[in-house]
Amino acid sequence: MDILAMLLPIAFSLTMISVFMGLCSYSVLAERKVSSWIQGRVGPNRTRIPLVGHIPILGNLLTGLGIFQPAADGLKFLFKEEIIPGHVKVGYYYLAPIIALAPALTTMVVLPFGRYVDPAGVVQPLVLANIDVGILFILGVSSLGVYGIVLAGWSSNSKYPFLGAIRSSAQMISYELAMGLAILPVFMWSSAPGSEYGLSLFGVVQSQQSLWLIIWQPLSALIFLVAVFAETNRLPFDMAESETDLVGGFHTEYGCFKFGLFFVAEYAHVIMGSALFVCLFLGGWNFLPGIADPWSDNVFGTVLSVLWFMSKVFFMIFFFIWVRWTLPRFRYDQVMSLGWKILLPLAIGNLVFNTLIIAAYDHFTRN
Amino acid sequence: MATTKEITIGDVNARASELETELQGETMALNVGPSHPTTHGVLRLMMELDGDVVKKCEPVLGYLHRGDEKIAENMTYNQFVPYTDRLDYLAPLANNVAYAMAVEKLAALEVPERCQSIRVLCCELARISSHLLGVGVYGMDAGAWTVFMFTFTEREKLYTLFEELTGARFTTSYTRIGGVARDIPEGWLGRVLEFCKGVLPVLDQVDKLLTRNRIFMDRTVGVGAISKEDAIAYGITGPNLRACGVDLDLRKDKPYLGYEKYDFDVPIGTNGDCYDRYLMRAEEIRQSVRIVRQCIDQFPEGAYYAEDAKKIFAPNKAKVLTSMEELIQNFMIVTEGPQVPAGEVYFEAENPKGALGFFVVSKGGGVPYRLKIRGPSFCNLSILDKLIPGHYLTDITVILGSLDFVMGECDR
Repeated sequence: MDILAMLLPIAFSLTMISVFMGLCSYSVLAERKVSSWIQGRVGPNRTRIPLVGHIPILGNLLTGLGIFQPAADGLKFLFKEEIIPGHVKVGYYYLAPIIALAPALTTMVVLPFGRYVDPAGVVQPLVLANIDVGILFILGVSSLGVYGIVLAGWSSNSKYPFLGAIRSSAQMISYELAMGLAILPVFMWSSAPGSEYGLSLFGVVQSQQSLWLIIWQPLSALIFLVAVFAETNRLPFDMAESETDLVGGFHTEYGCFKFGLFFVAEYAHVIMGSALFVCLFLGGWNFLPGIADPWSDNVFGTVLSVLWFMSKVFFMIFFFIWVRWTLPRFRYDQVMSLGWKILLPLAIGNLVFNTLIIAAYDHFTRN
Repeated sequence: MATTKEITIGDVNARASELETELQGETMALNVGPSHPTTHGVLRLMMELDGDVVKKCEPVLGYLHRGDEKIAENMTYNQFVPYTDRLDYLAPLANNVAYAMAVEKLAALEVPERCQSIRVLCCELARISSHLLGVGVYGMDAGAWTVFMFTFTEREKLYTLFEELTGARFTTSYTRIGGVARDIPEGWLGRVLEFCKGVLPVLDQVDKLLTRNRIFMDRTVGVGAISKEDAIAYGITGPNLRACGVDLDLRKDKPYLGYEKYDFDVPIGTNGDCYDRYLMRAEEIRQSVRIVRQCIDQFPEGAYYAEDAKKIFAPNKAKVLTSMEELIQNFMIVTEGPQVPAGEVYFEAENPKGALGFFVVSKGGGVPYRLKIRGPSFCNLSILDKLIPGHYLTDITVILGSLDFVMGECDR
């Protein structure tokens, strides 16, 4: 019994990591397919694996959709020659991609992705660790990802990665402030006096049963969304890569699977960012604003809630891709001034405004 | 009892200047190119960076030098046509035309109307193709990949048309001294019109993606501004010059190929910054489409080469095999080259990148004594060491993209 209790979480974690990594590789495929759709191209449509790829109609369909492409991409990274440039600091050079990926994978521990009803009739979240400071954990751990980029830039001992790393660290630190301040009002409401929901992500999702927070807190949602874009280092904020002027930015000196890890880490951050946004502002697994959840109390309802959550996440991933292939890139100083001069004051103003409203609400309901 | 006490904080300026050396820190030397995504070829920039700001920039050229001008002295006039393809390899047809015009000017040869119209079509289609790529790559430099893909798709359609016309997609080698290599294929004009119909909606899409895009404007407005005086002093030509507000378009000011017959506008910029240079190119595509349409509307009949230039243009192959006189004429032109009288001439044409000039010195016979090429990209790039300092490193990409140069023409 004890052994089972120990093994079960490990098995769950392994399952979740593999599902998550699968999602990452298929978001790469989604990126390629959606971008080609936006740009009037075809995208990957030739990769075929033996047997499955040769089933008459299905095989061709899967090949055309590029379903096998992620496997080819991954294998390519694995089988490439391992090149270590002579001028790098080898230890840190190897450490950097690991540090870049690990936080993104760690944050998913506290991410609730569905709900079930336990025998006692209480709604419980589907989550690896339902800690009551989930959002704090995510903010703390995900910001460690910047160390991977900084380390990559430093250890490469080369000028372009160095510039990329500097830009990236400055950018991430600035946007973390705005991000943290943007979600404070959300948690102030969810743990406001008279509310039964706490600081955990599950609580936030439960508090959105009737009204999604994006409607209730549009400004927070907007600031958070922009900050997530900046945190994931994607266009229009991809200062760290900025391939036209910094060649490849922080990963210029990286090849083979080490580059692959950076690549996966970016998509892991995108998925985490999307999932977080869905949890905080798009109602998580709650059906639609104003409509009671149709999910039944049995296993079937649980599966439906997970699927509904995932479809929202997929929409957000699509949104990320959509923006990337539509907008040009900011300049470094513009990114900083947007962060410090616009988003931060807005976030603070929003926070003060919400505090006043909560205080007033509390004052009047108490009398 | 209140007392006021005066305190001195010393001479603020003196203290600031004292601190200045400490605050300045070191600059970093950064080498960009010759192989770098932003340099569109093999331009090399040796830069000194203070943080992210460029303090000094020294362009280094010559990585693509092939000695075209010397090569020209060792071959007949017609044999040099393929080398002109490789000058501005994004608009080879326009180079072909400019070169042929220069030599014809030396030979005082007038090509028939049909040939002129074909050449106008070539020039304008080449301009459209070059500017499509220019705008697309510019967008890509600013981070907007989709624009690049949109315009590239259109350019690809244009290349199919070029292939039909000349037999080659990229290195067209279409003109001969005294005419063009072959007449236009049947139904080709209709397909050009179809292309024109298709390219305008794509331009509108590009417009929607870039022109009023806040990020794109932030990146380009006021960046890399060249003053009118500087532009003239550095010999900048083409859209880059017109973006500075100088009204100079050789098609209007020194009309050749019957450009005076066509009704088109020359866009003129106001600030001479990167944004204006983008607007110039986008508008010039539209104007070129106008010219193409007018040209096709009144497409003349007749010969596609100067029939009276017996010593310059090789006769029709069918005639060569049946008639003695043509056989001898063909033999002479093939072995000795087009016979051009002694003299010297300078001719420049309004190419997509600017004024492409050929200075040809002939001592008679079929080989030029000296041929000098004035490449617009070379002159347009000469302002780099003045233009770039003071800008952010990321701006370099946009500035280079907006200057729209081709190293093949710059290094020759």
